[in-house]
Amino acid sequence: MRVAVCEYGAGNARSVVLACERLGADVSATSDPEMVARADLAVLPGVGSARSAMQGLAARGLDDALRDRVVAVGKPTLGICLGLHLALESSAEDGGVRGLALLPGRAVRLSRGRVPRIGWAPVDPGGEELYFAHSYSAETPAATATSEGLVAVAESGSFVGVQFHPEKSGRAGARFLERCLSPA
Amino acid sequence: MPLPRLIPCLDVAAGRVVKGIRFQGLRDVGNPVSLGEAYSDAGADELVFLDVAATVEGRDTLVGLVRRVAERLAIPFTVGGGIRTVADADALLEAGADKVSVNSAALARPDLLTALAGRLGSQAVVLAIDATAGKVRSHAGGVATGRKAAEWAREGEERGAGELLLTSIDTDGTRDGYDLELTGEVAQAVSVPVIASGGAGSADHVAAALEVAQAALLASILHENPARLVTLRDELRVLGVPLRDAA
Repeated sequence: MRVAVCEYGAGNARSVVLACERLGADVSATSDPEMVARADLAVLPGVGSARSAMQGLAARGLDDALRDRVVAVGKPTLGICLGLHLALESSAEDGGVRGLALLPGRAVRLSRGRVPRIGWAPVDPGGEELYFAHSYSAETPAATATSEGLVAVAESGSFVGVQFHPEKSGRAGARFLERCLSPA
Repeated sequence: MPLPRLIPCLDVAAGRVVKGIRFQGLRDVGNPVSLGEAYSDAGADELVFLDVAATVEGRDTLVGLVRRVAERLAIPFTVGGGIRTVADADALLEAGADKVSVNSAALARPDLLTALAGRLGSQAVVLAIDATAGKVRSHAGGVATGRKAAEWAREGEERGAGELLLTSIDTDGTRDGYDLELTGEVAQAVSVPVIASGGAGSADHVAAALEVAQAALLASILHENPARLVTLRDELRVLGVPLRDAA
């Protein structure tokens, strides 16, 4: 299985590549839309701000490549943290940003507890503890798992978005990535 | 709220873990990559690497170290010491660090925090504050600033810091317990997470700190011994502190 991790100036692509390598995957970071289109699994990582991230994707043609592979072709695609927010229809970050619309819904600023929400928290169903670091959160009818009432996983078609960082979540994160890497 | 975090802190210089007494007579006590990995296996929730030499010549060494640590570590790690510019921070994050910690440079130029948060996101920007009797000191405690810790914490948050690493100079290295008064005061002043630092000598101390802060930094109490982290986590669980299951 070939894995392409989108590199677009707003990600921790390296952490994701290293985590996939540890699991024996054939993985590379790339900003080439062709490679993203061809990969068996594409990963959209992301930290930082939504607006500059969307600009980074568009400047490299990665926005169209991701839409095509999810909407037209239906190939497995994983969004992590900001990558989940970018997949929504819009984000309230930076005064409002249009997303890729791979998932219904929008990202809104966290209003409860300490923000950024940083640390390990259980994800239900399952109760596995994973690492979160975010100030915005997805509001979507496509949620399939939650953490403390917040969307932790959302899925639509061939796209899966996660709020936590599997690449930084120790053994529990590796187990999650392993499931993403094993062919259905 | 996410679970309380235990964060071992490793002092590094020229790419090695060192131990000194008041920054003098630094002794090489290990390889940061293998020690970091051992702490990760022992259940550390995150790691902090502090470049105590923080020399200009050492920057490339530090970036190289971060690169090697990132290859092996699957938990978040923060790097601090001598970061003065967005370019310094960028190089460390590009090499695989998840967060940078800034202290004196932010006191000298508070807009550094805004620039770092704009580039990396607040979740990657840790403001380290060293304080004595509630007042901030810069340059590893050497220079009095006259600023109140809680005020500087609030300004730091407004300027973009996503987390505070608060060290009490009064309790640091004493193993007599964290400075709960200072930590509580700062935690109340801000809405970002606070990492308590300085004074851990027992599980009771750590549990008390985690009542007022969201994370506890562990240095002297571990003594570069990852096995101590395992027993400490067990003791904290007995005290009712909810820690993650690292298995």
